[in-house]
Amino acid sequence: MPHYKSNIRILLVKKMVKPTWIARDQSACSGCRRCELACSMHHEGWMWPEASRVRIFMPFPGLEVVHLCSQCQDYPCVASCPVEALSTDPDTKAVIVDREKCISCGACIRACPGQVPFLHPGDNKATICDLCDGEPKCVEVCTEAGYNALTLTDEGSNIHRKLYSRHPVEVAKDLAVKLFGEKGEEVIE
Amino acid sequence: MVKPIWIARDPSACSGCRRCELACSMHHEDWMWPEASRIRVFMPFPGVEVPHLCAQCMDYPCVNACPVEALSTDPDTKAVIVDREKCISCGACIRACPGTVPYLHPGDNKATICDLCGGKPKCVEVCTEAGYNCLTVVNEDPNIHRKLYSRNPVEVAKDLAVKFFGEKGEEVIE
Amino acid sequence: MTPGGYAGKWLDVDLTKGSVEEFSFPYKTLEQFFGGRGIATKILWDRIGRKWSELDALDPENPLIFATGPMTGIYPGARICVSGKSPVSNGVVGSTAATELAVEIRTAGYDGVVFTGKSDKPVYFLVTDKGGELRDAGHLWGLDCEKTLIKLNKEVTDELRKRKPNIGLWKEPGTMYIGPAGENMVRNAAVCTKMCHAAGYGGYGSLMGSKNLKAVVAKGRGSLPKVDAPEASYLLWRKAHEGCINNTMFRRWGTGHLAYGAGADTSSEPIRNWQEEWHDQKQTGVPHYMDRFWVKVKWADFNCTTNCMKVSCIKTGPWKGDITDVPDYELQAYCGTNFGIFDPEDNVHMATLMDKLGHSGINGPNTMGYAAELYQRGILTEEDIGFKLEWGDTKAFDKLAHMMAYREGIGDVLAEGTYRAALKIAEMKGLKPEETLRYAIHVKGIEIGAHGTRSDKDYTHDISYAASVQGGDHTSNVTDGYSDMSDAVFQDSGVFCMFTARGPSQKLIFDFAKAITGFPITIESWRRETGPRIVTLQKALLLMGGPDVTWAPIKDDDNPPRFYEPLPSGPYKGQVTDRERVDIRIQAYFETLGWDERGIPTKETLDRLGLSDVEPLMKKYRR
Repeated sequence: MPHYKSNIRILLVKKMVKPTWIARDQSACSGCRRCELACSMHHEGWMWPEASRVRIFMPFPGLEVVHLCSQCQDYPCVASCPVEALSTDPDTKAVIVDREKCISCGACIRACPGQVPFLHPGDNKATICDLCDGEPKCVEVCTEAGYNALTLTDEGSNIHRKLYSRHPVEVAKDLAVKLFGEKGEEVIE
Repeated sequence: MVKPIWIARDPSACSGCRRCELACSMHHEDWMWPEASRIRVFMPFPGVEVPHLCAQCMDYPCVNACPVEALSTDPDTKAVIVDREKCISCGACIRACPGTVPYLHPGDNKATICDLCGGKPKCVEVCTEAGYNCLTVVNEDPNIHRKLYSRNPVEVAKDLAVKFFGEKGEEVIE
Repeated sequence: MTPGGYAGKWLDVDLTKGSVEEFSFPYKTLEQFFGGRGIATKILWDRIGRKWSELDALDPENPLIFATGPMTGIYPGARICVSGKSPVSNGVVGSTAATELAVEIRTAGYDGVVFTGKSDKPVYFLVTDKGGELRDAGHLWGLDCEKTLIKLNKEVTDELRKRKPNIGLWKEPGTMYIGPAGENMVRNAAVCTKMCHAAGYGGYGSLMGSKNLKAVVAKGRGSLPKVDAPEASYLLWRKAHEGCINNTMFRRWGTGHLAYGAGADTSSEPIRNWQEEWHDQKQTGVPHYMDRFWVKVKWADFNCTTNCMKVSCIKTGPWKGDITDVPDYELQAYCGTNFGIFDPEDNVHMATLMDKLGHSGINGPNTMGYAAELYQRGILTEEDIGFKLEWGDTKAFDKLAHMMAYREGIGDVLAEGTYRAALKIAEMKGLKPEETLRYAIHVKGIEIGAHGTRSDKDYTHDISYAASVQGGDHTSNVTDGYSDMSDAVFQDSGVFCMFTARGPSQKLIFDFAKAITGFPITIESWRRETGPRIVTLQKALLLMGGPDVTWAPIKDDDNPPRFYEPLPSGPYKGQVTDRERVDIRIQAYFETLGWDERGIPTKETLDRLGLSDVEPLMKKYRR
């Protein structure tokens, strides 16, 4: 077989993963937490909400907030890691944690504007969404249920992503006023 | 066999794009003619858009009101069907309708009412395509609740206004 | 060995001593009683069964139980079952509520908690991966449910973060709590959660209040319990949701479409204390709630995609700031039509008020409606109540709800629940008990849910309530003693939601139960064995009653007198519940379950179901 032909075959077979970003519409989150179940099923092999990379906060009932990595363009978490345990995937642009290197110091948590990463309840290592290699399971189940709180976009990276990395209680306080008017200012301390 | 369908409507989800009016009139009139669309989007105040269309009330007050029997119902889709030859433009069906849904066509002045597009409503198609899900088709048997959805669109808008704007909502529609 | 689906441990809390211990159930017990309602009934029999007749339900020795089941959180629609000896019926009610607490207890490593004794000062109980602890609740006692929830969310999240900082953000815990009604031991008060949910039937709010227990809080970081067949469970989980997502009616309308439908369609809605059951008041239909009050339309409980709940908020007017659910049909009826209130905004307000005060939204308003009928008939006067209690007067019912929650004035009498209030009022007024009881709408003390039997067009009929061990509980109706075993009895023991049980097929649900636990469970085995085992044990305990109230076999296995009065209006005017059918079908029900013609479980049945040790206590009820 001529060499160039086999090269072409390899080129066609290589998976083209477009950069993906998970857009989030907080008002549309139902609070069902199937994203937590689907994520932990995929990464942990069973339903483990507290090990899910996407986390649903509910500071007051009716105010459910989706909390997950926004892949900030400047990756402050990666920059802050003292042992270079964090890196980025060249295809999906997701943050990748090397669990061998991670020393559970929490620097990435503090560096993140929304405090998104957390230490795993099992091995205590930094845990961050890896976008499931381009086919996020959370989006799959959210779409299936018709909420459209999490949707995949293939927009190019931009500096706006970092704005979505917000503390979930702050998001909930905003949602509270939007949903409940003045009363909303009283329902979260 | 066309199963009975009904168009469920969620006014909060209406974007006001009016593609339903365009799709409907494209289908029935062959061109974009919002004022001849069987579904009409009212906007008594911006931000408060209300889709207004026939709800196929189980007791069909419009059909009963017609003095010349120009109105009937389709046995498959359960939609109201207007015989434009017979219609005398008297307006009885408009008055009989709880939500004042029918209207006289801007072209031939005949009573105009949604016919559910024979079972595949175009308005739902474009609303779904755009991801609003304001109009969705459901396969449910007719029941008396449908009549409750035949509401004056300004009344609906007044409710929506309060839901969206709080107390201010009571001021934006007179 | 722990079967699949179970965390494997329970917490045992002695509130008198302040001690917390752990215990486990043998495999066989779990296989026989499953969880939730089943396991709670078993605990009650084991601990206080032999002294049941003599033990007052508000005695500290009565255990208050919070029980999950192997399917909780794994099957769509997580719920918890609250139980104990019911201060209302003196039987056992498996009173369930949808709450994240159910999942948090399990991820913390526990299947449930039992509380005995009484704390000398207000406390709340916190469960974490480290176990359970009692914490001071002095600053929470007296707060309404909404404020309690707001404070607990902050306080416990802060505390957890303090104990284990630097691991990232702590999510809020799961919580269940009582409001003023429970604190003041209103007999039919609820145990509340998630702002608008409640374990309503059974009056366990009063049991919790009697123990000075303000709340149960949990935050776990473990996975849900492992299952017996993980691959099958995963596939069934995805398949189950297809059924739930396609339940478009519930998704779109919530359960609140019945406020109009139960009145106009099936003529089975409580109106002015059940004096009527038909109406055609169009403003009680969905659009008037949806367009003005629903700020969130697809609202879920844990692992649920049916989303029958919606968030309602009143943004203007005198009730501005009220936040609640749809409201669910039961509260649209009981906090609306039952008061003669047909205005959606007033209805949303009264529902919110029940949530905040910690009243059961069904049982409390039943008693309040009862008082209003007595007022209408001149048995209770303006002087007795302190003001005019006219039908449709929202402010008056608002006031009455407060009085009942705080046991003020006539509220102290009403706080005993409809049945006992009827007896007390008869005594107060020098009347024969029948004269006040004829207007009381309850079965075995449990106020009846908002589905009448006279039109025969709703899902409730002749013996639905009359034969039930849970009395007027509309979620646990009797049909034939066979198919009803695999419905409520199963869901209440699972523990999961009966609405998410309505999308997928029953076969799928039972296959799922088997995949989770590894038990050789089928619809048939549940109908013939496990269900009857639980219900027969509940029946035995119900028969034994309590020092204040005991129900007479046959005589009290009946509908209230009102259900035999002809409907005064509507398309089914003139109809009554068919007495002959009640008598015939109740005999068939008893026979199917292996009880005698008076509803007493036979020795053979007790032996067959492994309940032989109950036999000595049943002898005296047989003829």
